[in-house]
Amino acid sequence: MSRIDACFSRLKAQRRSAFVAYVMAGDPDPAASLQIIKALPGAGADIIELGFPFSDPMADGPAIQLAAQRALKAGMTLVKTLDLARAFRVGDQTTPIVLMGYLNPVFIYGYDRFAQDAAQAGVDGLIIVDCPPEEADPLADALDAAGVSLVRLAAPTTDDKRLPAVLRRASGFVYYVSVAGVTGVKEADAEGVRPAVERVRKASGLPVAVGFGVKTPERAAAVARVADAVVVGSVLVEEIAGALASGADPAPPLLAAAARLADAVHAAGG
Amino acid sequence: MTALRPNDYSAFPDAAGRFGDYGGRFVAETLMPLVLELEQAYAAARADPGFQAELNGYLTHYVGRPSPLYFAERLTEKFGGAKIYFKREELNHTGAHKINNCMGQILLARRMGKTRIIAETGAGQHGVASATVCARFGLPCIVYMGAVDVERQKPNVFRMNLLGAEVRPVTAGQATLKDAMNEALRDWVTNVDDTYYMIGTAAGPHPYPAMVRDFQSVIGAESRSQLLEMEGRLPDAVIACVGGGSNAIGMFHPFLGDESVRLIGVEAAGYGLDKLHAASITGGRPGVLHGNKTYLLQDSDGQIQDAHSISAGLDYPGIGPEHAWLNDIGRAEYRTCTDAEALDAFAMCAELEGIIPALESAHAIAKVGQLAQEVGKGGIVALCLSGRGDKDVGTVAAALGRSI
Repeated sequence: MSRIDACFSRLKAQRRSAFVAYVMAGDPDPAASLQIIKALPGAGADIIELGFPFSDPMADGPAIQLAAQRALKAGMTLVKTLDLARAFRVGDQTTPIVLMGYLNPVFIYGYDRFAQDAAQAGVDGLIIVDCPPEEADPLADALDAAGVSLVRLAAPTTDDKRLPAVLRRASGFVYYVSVAGVTGVKEADAEGVRPAVERVRKASGLPVAVGFGVKTPERAAAVARVADAVVVGSVLVEEIAGALASGADPAPPLLAAAARLADAVHAAGG
Repeated sequence: MTALRPNDYSAFPDAAGRFGDYGGRFVAETLMPLVLELEQAYAAARADPGFQAELNGYLTHYVGRPSPLYFAERLTEKFGGAKIYFKREELNHTGAHKINNCMGQILLARRMGKTRIIAETGAGQHGVASATVCARFGLPCIVYMGAVDVERQKPNVFRMNLLGAEVRPVTAGQATLKDAMNEALRDWVTNVDDTYYMIGTAAGPHPYPAMVRDFQSVIGAESRSQLLEMEGRLPDAVIACVGGGSNAIGMFHPFLGDESVRLIGVEAAGYGLDKLHAASITGGRPGVLHGNKTYLLQDSDGQIQDAHSISAGLDYPGIGPEHAWLNDIGRAEYRTCTDAEALDAFAMCAELEGIIPALESAHAIAKVGQLAQEVGKGGIVALCLSGRGDKDVGTVAAALGRSI
């Protein structure tokens, strides 16, 4: 059983939803980033979504745009992102790592080589924002061969007619983009996303994670009552920006914020 | 490198929006249904004689088409080779070819019931053309423009404001054209119900590269029939500048099936190909950005690199996917021109022909003499003079160290 599947079945037995913590690899620098991701499971993260930076993050709001710029400035690359995953995996065999980013760095790396290297580094899944199902087969073929999930995205604009095409070859879980917009700007309405989450879960037979518009522990708890997993990213990376602005170590405030969100998600029940 | 050339170029792009391996629809899932809706709406409009008649009416009476095909006699004499013709797109309303595409897209947006128009712009020419058609049809227009470009193209920002458009400076990334395009995509993904994204070049997700090409193909179609009328034959070569490549693909496309006609695109070599430049085919390699697979300037990690050209309209690190394909199959040939060469050509065209060309178009002019000599006496070369240079006089004066 894959680490992602094991994670969701364990949480299902505990009647809990997963807290998925998103951070940008290499933000604010590779060493601090490793320290942060190593500590995230202890803060309550069930799954780590590790962004890899891209110069042109079209689907991201200001918080994650700035995180990508900090990471790139610190010399982060996709190769080094895999190094980070590998270093994390040495001390943690169970927490799934899902990489998230844009297609071009993976395309340039080469799909087959990337899939093999990612699997070898202990990466469990990949989310590519700008690779809709119509364009995904070559990448999915490479990832399938290496046993890495290509996590599919569904959005508020994905209607019933299109949903089967979106979910074809889906594995691991499905990421439901809860708001039409970029990351970290609009706020998701938990009750509003309930029908969509149920529709996607029924059509895919997979756990459904909700992200793009979850900012507060209250909202995270509300979404956790609806979804199988709650993804939070922008408010976590904003903790890094805030700490850097005041010259502080970014890890403690980020981990404290993650712990508050994790507690809210876990207390809400699945 | 040369793949098999098709018998029928009009069969491209295919149903998946591909020109060979290039193009496609690499957008977020939230945008995918919108892109598919646009594709259907455009296919229906394209097949509707009423839509074509309406568009042709505005092109005639508002844009001022057909534009003249002009024999550039003194330039021809200077080089002593083939006859050089200019397709005078700079005489269009708003001073460039950009309005051809905007007029087509605004009529489509109206047909689709969209009530809010967004656009990106680099030099401001597409922004001005977008603001113009929005004013004409009474639709609100928001133009995303890199903060650096807002600063260096102030007259165009003022023109857009006069036309009632809101110009939003983009400070993200390098604050130039590619960042403006990112921001326009962020707007579109946020306002999915009422907004139409008016892309200014033959790039982006399918159907934009094909649609913008179709709207710009009036350039080549007119040139072709004008040459047949004036010279009784087709040209030996056609030349145009290439940034995203909309004027060039519009000029090239009606000649694609005429295998005797050489097609030459001129990319901006900026400070030089070993320094900062904007020559995506010559100095880049294939990748995925802004919804399509095409040649891009990028590093070994797939990060998009800064482009540079003295011409803001060519200052983009990618190129339309059809050009990428035409390059690979050998149907079109791509050369380069530095900032310095473009400045010389700008002055030469003004002095010999009494036409101040856009700096973009000056890149093609810089390479037309050599092409005319290659083709030789008795031959014919047609150049797309895509825009007028009034907007560039400040840039040129600064480059020459003069004050206005």
